[in-house]
Amino acid sequence: MGENTEEYTSGDKAPTDSIGFVAETLLPVGRRASLFIAYFAALAVYGQLVGAQPPPPAPQARFVVVLDAAHGGDDAGGSLSNGQFEKTFTLALSVRLRSLLAARGIQVVTTRESDAAVEPDRRAEIANHAQAQACLSLHATESGLGVHLFATSLSATQPTRFAAWKTAQAAWVTRSLALEGVLNSALQHAGMNVTLGRTSLPVVDSMSCPAVAVEIAPEMGPDKKAAAGLDDPDYQARVADALAAALVEWHSEAHQP
Amino acid sequence: MIPRHQKLLFGILLLASLIMSVTLWQLRERAHKRLIAGQDSAPTRAPEVAPAEQATLLVANDSDSSMRTQIHSLPLPADPGSRARAVLGKLLDLYAAPDAAHPVPGGGSSVLQVFLLPVPEIAAGAAAAVKPKSTEFRANQTGAAPREQPQTGPQLAVVNLTGSFAASHPSGIEAETLTVLSICGTLHANQPRITQVRFLVDGQTRATLAGHADLTRIYLAGDAVPTEGMQP
Repeated sequence: MGENTEEYTSGDKAPTDSIGFVAETLLPVGRRASLFIAYFAALAVYGQLVGAQPPPPAPQARFVVVLDAAHGGDDAGGSLSNGQFEKTFTLALSVRLRSLLAARGIQVVTTRESDAAVEPDRRAEIANHAQAQACLSLHATESGLGVHLFATSLSATQPTRFAAWKTAQAAWVTRSLALEGVLNSALQHAGMNVTLGRTSLPVVDSMSCPAVAVEIAPEMGPDKKAAAGLDDPDYQARVADALAAALVEWHSEAHQP
Repeated sequence: MIPRHQKLLFGILLLASLIMSVTLWQLRERAHKRLIAGQDSAPTRAPEVAPAEQATLLVANDSDSSMRTQIHSLPLPADPGSRARAVLGKLLDLYAAPDAAHPVPGGGSSVLQVFLLPVPEIAAGAAAAVKPKSTEFRANQTGAAPREQPQTGPQLAVVNLTGSFAASHPSGIEAETLTVLSICGTLHANQPRITQVRFLVDGQTRATLAGHADLTRIYLAGDAVPTEGMQP
């Protein structure tokens, strides 16, 4: 008995689920009680450490926004009414939006920071390498009124390990439409007229992230005519604020449990 | 004193020149009469004019980003390719009008050709894999349904536009998308066999129409036609 007692109380080789049975059959009552107490105390300590304790907070996923100021360099884009080119407007909007988002603690990656020509494929490469949670392609036009939001016209497909370059966005259609909805809500909340659409843009179609093309047109007034042009600083500020608010909302939705 | 033989020679030459002048005058009159007889271009037969038919046009509107169905009566040739070109010419004429709701300069002459090709099965499958959805643009109907045509197989329409049309097209996602979709929808509405549309500019592939809308892809024409309001 003594040899057996020493063998099992060491606890090295006895399976844990048979400890109770072994103790009942092999140990005297006094030592059996102390062994039970030690066993349950050990379980309680283990439970404190592993089970009962709330799980440690998971490291928060990196939230990155990609801002693509369309055109640049030799590609001036459309001509705006005040003589400005689309490439200048989109760069200014990108810089303003980047500042607003950085002030809210959101990491921003831009496809260009100056009047430089960036190929469409290169823009998509930047977005895809950033593994962003939101990608906005910024445009401006004198056609129409309000803000036009476009998601890709590709049909939604299941994500695959290897995606075709020209249709990489197909796996992100659902998320892109959700992002478009958040942007739409924020812009309408800011009192702007919003048009939703689907289109085929080479840059957006190659992005593997929730992506929306944002096209800013002159603001629509109550009489359905242009109330503020693209050169109106107040209009530019309100558009940028609304887009930033939408991305903050998208950020909070992405981190909801 | 002039020798006698010289006088005689002078007289003969003078007579010969007179005879030649008369002969030349007669030849000229004869040639003139023959020329006038050959230039008789008075119409002897009335030119054949194709009968006016109803064509369905999907006309874009920038103010509300919509495409409205309009019925126009215009002479249409029997050849399907020429017919498609004539319909697109009418559509672009509407866009070139001064009060157009979707102003695009160029007019009907901006469509150089429309080629109709049978869609191979492999290409049809590949196109379905990257099937573009129609835009969410609202559609209103102001006309009747398109004509029924015999279904003998889907066709790919290759629309060859002029470089000046692309160069003068207003730049913008919405404007370019509306133009592309209205062309696709108009082709499908008038010739339902046209299920796919591809664009060329001056016979060459072009990346975008005016900096935005992708022209390298094949568009599915049926998706551009608004489904509501198309019932007879």
